[in-house]
Amino acid sequence: MWCPDWPVTAACADAGTPGTPGTPDEAPIAVLTANRVVACSHEARESGVRRGLRRREAQSRCPELTVLPRNEAAEARLFEPIVLALESIAPGVEVTRPGLAAIGMRGPTRYFGSETAVLHALSRAVGAAPAQDGPKQLAVTALIGVGDGSFAAEQAARQGIIVPAGESAGFLAGLPVSTLDPSGDSPLIDLLRRLGLRTLGAFAALPPGEVHSRFGPDGAWAHRQAGGRDDRPLAARRPPAELVATLDLEPPVDRIDTVAFSARAMAERFIADLAGHGLACACLELQVITENGEEAVRRWRHAGVLSTVDVVDRIRWQLEGWLRGGDREHRPTGGVTRLRLVPIETVPLGVHQQALWGGSGADDERAHRALARVQTLLGHGSVLTPMIDGGRDPLQRTRLVPWGDTPVPEHSPEQPWPGHLPAPAPSVLIDPPRPVRVLDAGGRPVTVDDRGVVPQPPAQLVVGNEARAVTAWAGPWPVDERWWSPDAATRVVRFQLVDVAGHAYLVACSTPGDRWTLTATYD
Amino acid sequence: MLDLAVRDRLTSLADSGRRRGAPPLPVAGALQPLLPEGLRRGSTVHVAGSVSLLFALLGVASAEGAWCALVGLPGISAEAADEYGVELGRLAVVPYPGPGWATAVGALLDAVDVVVTRPPPRVVPGDVRRLSARARSHDSVLVPFGAEWPGAEVRLHLREGQWEGVGADGRGRLSRRRVIVTAEGRGRAAQPRTARLWLPAAGGGVDPIDPIRMTRPAHSTRSDSNVIALRAG
Repeated sequence: MWCPDWPVTAACADAGTPGTPGTPDEAPIAVLTANRVVACSHEARESGVRRGLRRREAQSRCPELTVLPRNEAAEARLFEPIVLALESIAPGVEVTRPGLAAIGMRGPTRYFGSETAVLHALSRAVGAAPAQDGPKQLAVTALIGVGDGSFAAEQAARQGIIVPAGESAGFLAGLPVSTLDPSGDSPLIDLLRRLGLRTLGAFAALPPGEVHSRFGPDGAWAHRQAGGRDDRPLAARRPPAELVATLDLEPPVDRIDTVAFSARAMAERFIADLAGHGLACACLELQVITENGEEAVRRWRHAGVLSTVDVVDRIRWQLEGWLRGGDREHRPTGGVTRLRLVPIETVPLGVHQQALWGGSGADDERAHRALARVQTLLGHGSVLTPMIDGGRDPLQRTRLVPWGDTPVPEHSPEQPWPGHLPAPAPSVLIDPPRPVRVLDAGGRPVTVDDRGVVPQPPAQLVVGNEARAVTAWAGPWPVDERWWSPDAATRVVRFQLVDVAGHAYLVACSTPGDRWTLTATYD
Repeated sequence: MLDLAVRDRLTSLADSGRRRGAPPLPVAGALQPLLPEGLRRGSTVHVAGSVSLLFALLGVASAEGAWCALVGLPGISAEAADEYGVELGRLAVVPYPGPGWATAVGALLDAVDVVVTRPPPRVVPGDVRRLSARARSHDSVLVPFGAEWPGAEVRLHLREGQWEGVGADGRGRLSRRRVIVTAEGRGRAAQPRTARLWLPAAGGGVDPIDPIRMTRPAHSTRSDSNVIALRAG
């Protein structure tokens, strides 16, 4: 079952855009992450908006476009009632990602009599599900398809058809190879196109052994998909029970980020245990149990293999859907006490391991583990990694991000930033800047006039109770930032001072008011 | 061929990590008179007097692939570290370790090549011994910064600094600093060595002030002959 443009639906509902949740036909909408379109509504697509476009490009193609930020948490949360509805028809729902779910058809078909009857039951259930969500009703467009294996079924759902059993290969043969990876940035797809293999049928016609030796396990997996064979890899096997990872939380935790943080170590252990057996996980079952005995079990499948980050993401999504889901009846009443990760489907670990250069990957891996361990000892946010950010002030130019987060500069450090201090940079930053007094030879505070001139040169720097004689100085360097915005405007005049002991300081005087602060030292 | 050579070098660098008698971590050329062997793995190198000296010490090792951690040093400037060549992607900072200081430093010594730490005001002598021993057994380098650290193999100390580029009239800007750094230690490093450096040099980084006169005073005759030879040449 596939909900087209789920990010759009979810973002609309979450943003509460007037009119849109009930009638998504009204306005073209696009959802953006990092300035790129990740999903857009049907109307937007008709105007030429595509995935991967930049915001400005998309808006130029469709001026009345409503742009919304992506909200993955909301996607997971809003999808939860639909998954519950599916579960009421058939157990064992596999959620590939919010917006796409699969169920096994054999059982329900036998129960309802025919595949069509199952589809009717499913659409009724899904249609009724969001109505429980109270006033914020959500219009869900869901397409359902049937095929052999989840890949064929997904493609069938996109067209809303039932592919009879055994005919999936023929159905898939006519589709372009890009359907193997809709995000379109897979090097495999690009390579296949350049080899002249434009349809799945042409790719599937290659002998499997050759595909495996040329394209590796990823290629072999894609090849099986293209052939319409069940995407369970040939070597798939039920993993032994000791690979199940369990995390007991004491006391119970009801905050999602806390659970996700605690679960990171478990996820790492889970992946490492599997890797120790030469396996990687393609589908896992995540069980969450609360202190009052409620249980949420969900299966998560991943195209490819799950990494630690993927596992933690899925834990977060499941908890998001469960703890904050719209459906009050199914919300748990207590904190989470236990998490269990059960590998449902494993594949042999590919030959592509860490780094190409001998053991350097192992060293990095070890360092990462040690840092993660210190982070667990001291808490999240205790281990940081520095990065250079854009800005004029030395304090702005250094930013510390928690270890493990991707360091993304807020402003580009490559920009010229006229007015920033030239090298060498001060080595120690004082954050927050410390109030000091800067006095002239007569013991009066040094002032900077409106034209940025210092009538009396600084002769003394007083930090706390300690006075230091200034022997050399440079300045004043006025910086007048964001004068157009009353809230963000800063006007400072900077000085470099060298005291009699040879220590150098960077001080700033904010005007008007002449408040002096020590910003950094050249230690 | 080149590929092979590069791979050999990288593998040896990486594998060396945890082997007995592993080659020391490289240091900047300007610091070589102070640490002729580089940063020997398993040793404790005490640094005092300057954060810039610390960055200068880490720079080359970090750029060549070593992982570094700074524990208990808030207010580190990423920009300055970068100027000395420290690779920020392999630098972890634990600004406020709190009471878990010894545990955190110990855990980092297991896997990070160079661990710099400013010890808390009162360090238990047991912690000092334990951490130095841990660095020895895991072939990492412990760099206590600031407060006294008994038992360090080498002690680097920045003695005096003199800034250039600014005057008493408010013109110019800080451009470089002339410093004298001394290294004292035990065993092979017992004889104090002195180096005169630009720290930072103009534009950042560390440079020797006068490459010819940087050798130890004991060899002054040889260095003099060098001078003559150079001038003659």
